[in-house]
Amino acid sequence: MNKQRDLIWLALIILVIGGAAWVVFSDNYPVQRGLDLQGGLQVLLEADVPADQNIPREELDTARQIVDQRVNALGVTEPLVQIEGDRRILVELPGIEDPNQAISLIQETALLEFIDTGDQSLPAGTCVRTTLNNGPSRCELPVGAPIDTPIANPAPTYETVMTGAELKLAQSERNQANQYYVSFTLKPEETQFFADYTRQNQGRFLTIVFDKQVISSPRISAIISGGSGTITGNFTLEEAQKLALQLRFGSLPIPLRIESTRLVGATLGEQSVNASIRAGIAGVIMVLLFMIGYYRLPGVLAAIALLIYALLNFAVFEGLPVTLTLPAITGFLLSLGMAVDANVLVFERMKEELARGRKVSESVHSGFQRAWTSIRDSNIATLVICTILWSFGRSFGASAVQGFAITLAIGVAISMFTAVLITRTFVNLVIGGNSDWMTQHRWLLGA
Amino acid sequence: MFENFVQKRRYYYIFSGVVIGLGMLAMIFSFATSGKIFPLGVDFLGGSRFEIQFDQSVTEDQVRDVFTQNDITNPAITALRGQDLSNAWQIRTEFVDATKAHSLETALTALAPLVPGTFSVTTVSPAVGKEVTRAALAAVLVSGVVVLFYIMFAFRQVPNSFRYGACAVIAMFHDLFVIFGFAAIMGMISGWEVDALFLTGVLTVAGFSLQDTIVVFDRVRENSARKRSGSFEALVNRSVQETIKRSLITQLSAMFVLLSILLFGGESIKPFIAVLFVGLLSGTYSSIFTAVPLLVSWQEGEIPLISKPA
Repeated sequence: MNKQRDLIWLALIILVIGGAAWVVFSDNYPVQRGLDLQGGLQVLLEADVPADQNIPREELDTARQIVDQRVNALGVTEPLVQIEGDRRILVELPGIEDPNQAISLIQETALLEFIDTGDQSLPAGTCVRTTLNNGPSRCELPVGAPIDTPIANPAPTYETVMTGAELKLAQSERNQANQYYVSFTLKPEETQFFADYTRQNQGRFLTIVFDKQVISSPRISAIISGGSGTITGNFTLEEAQKLALQLRFGSLPIPLRIESTRLVGATLGEQSVNASIRAGIAGVIMVLLFMIGYYRLPGVLAAIALLIYALLNFAVFEGLPVTLTLPAITGFLLSLGMAVDANVLVFERMKEELARGRKVSESVHSGFQRAWTSIRDSNIATLVICTILWSFGRSFGASAVQGFAITLAIGVAISMFTAVLITRTFVNLVIGGNSDWMTQHRWLLGA
Repeated sequence: MFENFVQKRRYYYIFSGVVIGLGMLAMIFSFATSGKIFPLGVDFLGGSRFEIQFDQSVTEDQVRDVFTQNDITNPAITALRGQDLSNAWQIRTEFVDATKAHSLETALTALAPLVPGTFSVTTVSPAVGKEVTRAALAAVLVSGVVVLFYIMFAFRQVPNSFRYGACAVIAMFHDLFVIFGFAAIMGMISGWEVDALFLTGVLTVAGFSLQDTIVVFDRVRENSARKRSGSFEALVNRSVQETIKRSLITQLSAMFVLLSILLFGGESIKPFIAVLFVGLLSGTYSSIFTAVPLLVSWQEGEIPLISKPA
């Protein structure tokens, strides 16, 4: 019978609540706090090529990977580097200590250097300093340490001969003896310089450094006059391929320029957020009290459904995850308003039917049935708006706009589940199940 | 109180006209003085916005000198007011790059120590600003069209479903004009600027406005399906009476939350919340006092040129 169906629903609801509670309270799914909640840096990079020039997806993705590697070295806990649209890369570094360093790091385009190490062959992985932007390098510090950490044994400084920007091409190849090597071609304008250099330094080591870290230290075995040469060593296939890739992409495949930056001071953000969240919670409690005061027993049931609603939302926010910013929290609060709205629509219907002299169980039934079309139509309209907002925000990395649209949309979707299904199951079991008793205590229904 | 509510529709039109008219005046005034109908932020115009807080008091001229010494002409400087915002300033400049922003931070710190963690900068290149503006206009227009078709579809079994859609969309634009006017007025009084979040507010208000209208129209749809005798006016009157409580209660709950954040929440999000607050208020009003009366006017043949009696 109906009661049986409601009990099955109740079991399902309890299951969902259990799952949600697990996600919310387990440490596996931390809350992702956005820039305005903990301060940080957002940088929108755009390919610095003419607007009508198409950018191959692979190039944009390679550039993204390189930027990702660079910011990863900064030791930020949750860096975000993603492609936005078809010519932009969005970088978000929440809680970053030194934003200026991050900006210069992201902007650096040629971090590949050829340095003169004289008679010395340096093992791969060695950290060095070079005459190009001389100074302590990230390589010398433990991951995540601030850039001004004192360094006990500074790395020696070598002269930069050439940077990756002078390379035109690099690829891995194999000779007859089945040894892998890397061949490279210089840009035409560099050919003469390199020919002269190799003539003067034949037999010495020309070490290849990527981000101030040695990747290979080959000896200049011949004069390279034609603009193309090879790097040999005991390479495996993977090593040769990796070296070729680094030679090729050490400079970004496409030039990037900074289109917008957003630097949020941690303190300003924190004050604003704490106040806003406290205020939001106070507002929600007012709403719950109002629901209970005005609708009595159904109001209590709806308030419980709303608390479940909040739990489910946070489970989704943490599980997906959704980065929480102030606008995102506002979106959630508004969706909470819509969840309340759905209940109000139903309860007002119920009271109307009761006022017409219907039985309690009939009123409950038609309250939910009649209100459904209104709830459905208005929620779909909101979801449409959310979709438009989301794509609007997406096209230029306005994560505030996106966050708002996502939480509002998630909230609306969940509200259809909680405000309709959960509240209905509760109301059916508590009120519909005790129809006769309820009829004698109509004040409990606020009617 | 709502027995003869639709009959008084002329008054509602006049009231809406006055409110929107005031906003329009503010927009015209703003346009005449600055060339924009409301102050636009860096999101749309491009440029840079600094927000800083010193730990001791400095004068506006001192701050200005720091910027002019760094070759930035005409920085627009405003003191921020609010809880925990003593000695806090906002400075708007042309687009400056990251290196420049850093040297400005150093120069400002030399003027007086900053409260740690309070240096915030937003810079947007003019190109992106233009694109955002275009995308914003497109988003508003697309929303309007999509929603019009959606309502026409949802109300397809009702005679003249286009009229329902059109009235809902007009009510939506009513609300948009109200918040545009609000933005213009607040721009004049408090120097609020329109940013990407404002647009978010605009589209949200549009969505909620439609939602309110849909609930009332849904009742009209249901009541007209019952084919009771009586005029369309009476039918609409009854529908409004039946839904008014819901509209007010729902409104109140959203208002509780928004008002609470507005009064006690952080400064940074206040303009956004205020826009939502005013917009939702207008949305509730317009669904009952604009969309519904317009529908009646249209059905009764009162709208010149386009309207024929149903």
